[in-house]
Amino acid sequence: MNRYWQTVLLASLALASAGCTRKSGAAAPQPTAFGAALVESSGGKQMGATGTVLAQPAVVQVNDDQGNAVTGALVDFSGPEGVSFDPPAGLTDSSGQLSTNVTLGSMAGRYQLTARTSTNAKKLVELKIEEIALGYQQQLGFQLDNKYCARCHDPESTPERVSNYDNLEVKPHRFTEGDTLNKMSDADLTAIISHGGPALNKSALMPSYGYTLSKTEIEALIAYIRLISDPPYHASGTVYAEK
Amino acid sequence: MQSSQNKLSSLWQTLFGHPVSAFGTVSLLLLIALAIAPAKNHFSEWRHYQKQYLALIRGRGEAVTLQHHFHDGIQQIWLPQLGVVDRCTTCHLGLREASLADVSAQPFRQHPVIPHTLDQFGCVMCHRGQGPATTVEEAHSSTLAWEQPILPARYVQSSCGQCHRAPLTGTPQLNLGRTLLTRYGCVHCHTIKLPDGSAIQPTDDPPSLEHIADKTTREWIYAWLKDPQAYAVTATMPNFKLSDPDARDISAFLISDSTPLAGDTAPAPKNEKAPDPTAGASLYGESFCASCHAVQNAAGNVVGGDIGPELTRVGTKVKPEWLRAWLRNPRIYDSGTAMPHYRFSDPQVSLLTSFLSNKTDSDLLASVHLDAATTEQIAHGKLLVTEYGCASCHEINGIKKPDNFAPELTRIGSKPLTQIIFLPGMTHALPDYIAAKIRQPRSFGAALKMPQFSLAPGQVDALTTALLALTDRAHDLPSALTVPAKLPSNYEPAGKAGKLMDDMACFTCHAINGRGGDLAPDLSWEGSSVQRQWLLAFLKNPGTLRPALIRRMPRFNITDDDAKELTDYIMTVYQTPAFDRDSMPASGYPPVQVEQGRQLFYSKYACQSCHIVDTKVDKGYIGPTLTQVGSRLTAPWIYHWLKDPQAMRPGSIEPKRNMNDEDARALTAFLMAQKGSAKQGAKK
Repeated sequence: MNRYWQTVLLASLALASAGCTRKSGAAAPQPTAFGAALVESSGGKQMGATGTVLAQPAVVQVNDDQGNAVTGALVDFSGPEGVSFDPPAGLTDSSGQLSTNVTLGSMAGRYQLTARTSTNAKKLVELKIEEIALGYQQQLGFQLDNKYCARCHDPESTPERVSNYDNLEVKPHRFTEGDTLNKMSDADLTAIISHGGPALNKSALMPSYGYTLSKTEIEALIAYIRLISDPPYHASGTVYAEK
Repeated sequence: MQSSQNKLSSLWQTLFGHPVSAFGTVSLLLLIALAIAPAKNHFSEWRHYQKQYLALIRGRGEAVTLQHHFHDGIQQIWLPQLGVVDRCTTCHLGLREASLADVSAQPFRQHPVIPHTLDQFGCVMCHRGQGPATTVEEAHSSTLAWEQPILPARYVQSSCGQCHRAPLTGTPQLNLGRTLLTRYGCVHCHTIKLPDGSAIQPTDDPPSLEHIADKTTREWIYAWLKDPQAYAVTATMPNFKLSDPDARDISAFLISDSTPLAGDTAPAPKNEKAPDPTAGASLYGESFCASCHAVQNAAGNVVGGDIGPELTRVGTKVKPEWLRAWLRNPRIYDSGTAMPHYRFSDPQVSLLTSFLSNKTDSDLLASVHLDAATTEQIAHGKLLVTEYGCASCHEINGIKKPDNFAPELTRIGSKPLTQIIFLPGMTHALPDYIAAKIRQPRSFGAALKMPQFSLAPGQVDALTTALLALTDRAHDLPSALTVPAKLPSNYEPAGKAGKLMDDMACFTCHAINGRGGDLAPDLSWEGSSVQRQWLLAFLKNPGTLRPALIRRMPRFNITDDDAKELTDYIMTVYQTPAFDRDSMPASGYPPVQVEQGRQLFYSKYACQSCHIVDTKVDKGYIGPTLTQVGSRLTAPWIYHWLKDPQAMRPGSIEPKRNMNDEDARALTAFLMAQKGSAKQGAKK
């Protein structure tokens, strides 16, 4: 009887441990070289809808201590819950770079991704990359920003959309200017958007949008502004994806 | 009697032991049996989550409110008219709690803000999965009894598309997917019927191949068939992965099948010295060709519009004599083309022909060497053209457009998994299947005909999203719950003016009465908006209204008679029912009112942030320049526009200011006084 239970116990333990072992379908390749530093090449600070693939891949580069690109170094990516990478790890190419397609998690917020490589001395080198995931509300806000606000609030000009920023005597704030905008309450922002700059003794060049945008749209716009603010906006109600 | 009784009790005793202990055993068994159900209930998954939730809220500031909202036991949202029985809220307890915004752990997260409430539509309408289930496994994963697992977040916008058939601001991915379905020609081969019975119509216009030999060479066709994206990175034609002999035979067939078309080629005028190829660049720019056509620059960026084909290597493709005839009048070769008839002069045609013919890529055809085609090759080419369904997209002499060439996709979003053959190692879920099929159709079998499209990962997801919206539910919804798409308009302007508008392809950029593009302003009410003299001059020589735009109205070199014909038609037909064009005078406003308008313009409404009235002081250039607006617009149009811009032109970005009548009248007076100088009037 005792023997029987022992066997069952052992068998179940074995089964459980088999279930726990990480599925390593595509075994991580073996590095052929080691670098000393990891730098972001492109693909950081992107915005995308929650759960979707970012438009541009994240590209990182491994350099040696002289600052030269290292080919064949192993880099792996990790991120908060729900984030996935394609590929999750790989060797750097001939220009020392590795590019991965990033799929964002299902929560709106800022996502801090980590790229890692190890040095010759088995020391880990880390690089943080930040991406922004827009939920339904923030995405709506983003669209509204593009249509109504960005022409004046975004100083960057493109041939497709020339900025009006330089033409204004009182310069509008960029929506990323957290130092200023984070000090303003949601009620203040709503007042300025709805009734124009003079509502808060600010420039009349900012017109009132309260009769053009709905309450929902103004809320969406504020949700978007809060999310992209730099430094980040901290208030009860803001969501940060956690590891 | 006694002995039989003894016998019986001894039998009882041998079977069940002493009566008292037997009674005890049976009672115990009964008790245990009775306890199984409550115990199962007590140790159920959802109770475990409810306990966890209570532990989570206990320490929080809003504990009392949260406790008050919490209800013990299985919760259910029941919506009989939708067939929704959702018990998700049994475990997902924080969905409606704004104070749990910082909780990222499932199943207690707050639901992000969306335009609907849980009580309106429940959960599975958007997230799919099995609503009535009360275990995690059954609710989220596909089981034998329930095929529909939870929809991954990346495709969730597809659920919006079940009811909303028109584009929504909040669902860019779904909108993109739907655009791609019609733009990449998916619906040429696959029929997709909408719940109202109509089929989705393609928006691309693959060229007719009936006269292809006049336009290009067999070598180019061969290279194009082998790899369309090698010729133009933006090409929407997919790669059929043809072998060299197959591409050779198809090109042989298409050339031999082509018939000549009178007037679609034009030789260079005799004794003409070919103009310098670079000289045409300025005419190309002035004619705003780049509004529709893109060119890849040295840095590899594709710059320009996507209405017409990319022109990076057009000189390698088209024959100069065809190009000359096309530039002269594109409607001879393709009567339905989106390209306007520019009415260029012969020297202008020569300039542009030379400029475009110089856009070549010698590498493209360097390795293409084709011997003269044999009859067998041509016959084989015809067979291939039929087999690959080329005529689904292109008109080809002697080959009929096949009906239902590829499987219908009307209900693809509810395709039973049992009907799907998955690849080894693939997740057995519908979204994964659809995405894999779009990404690499031939991975499901080398003999499959579906070609390889060149799509970015985001585009594949968008297409998958659009297809996943085509569910049984979308077709069976009560019509009161659906938001229909705007019906496509087949508006045709009448008479000679209508022919002119068709010839100049006005609808490529402008919309009128629901038909047309969105590159330029809607002209449905243009006759109420502008003054006759201005319109006549503008049609002859379009000036700059919005200095910041790179896409502007080109000059069509029309005759005085044609300009007059068009002006009369627009002024008569395109009028708003909202007001009478002559209800306010064009001039003669009292100076006091004009001055009051000026004050309002510069102070209260600060219009100078976006508009220029005085070129010396004002700088704003988001809206049109208003220096001569008094000679351009009618007074009642300005007045009504100021009162409600979106009512005059839906989607206008000018904010509605809720202006009172007096302010609107004063501003109208001020703006009508801006007649512009004679010099400005003549300025290009």
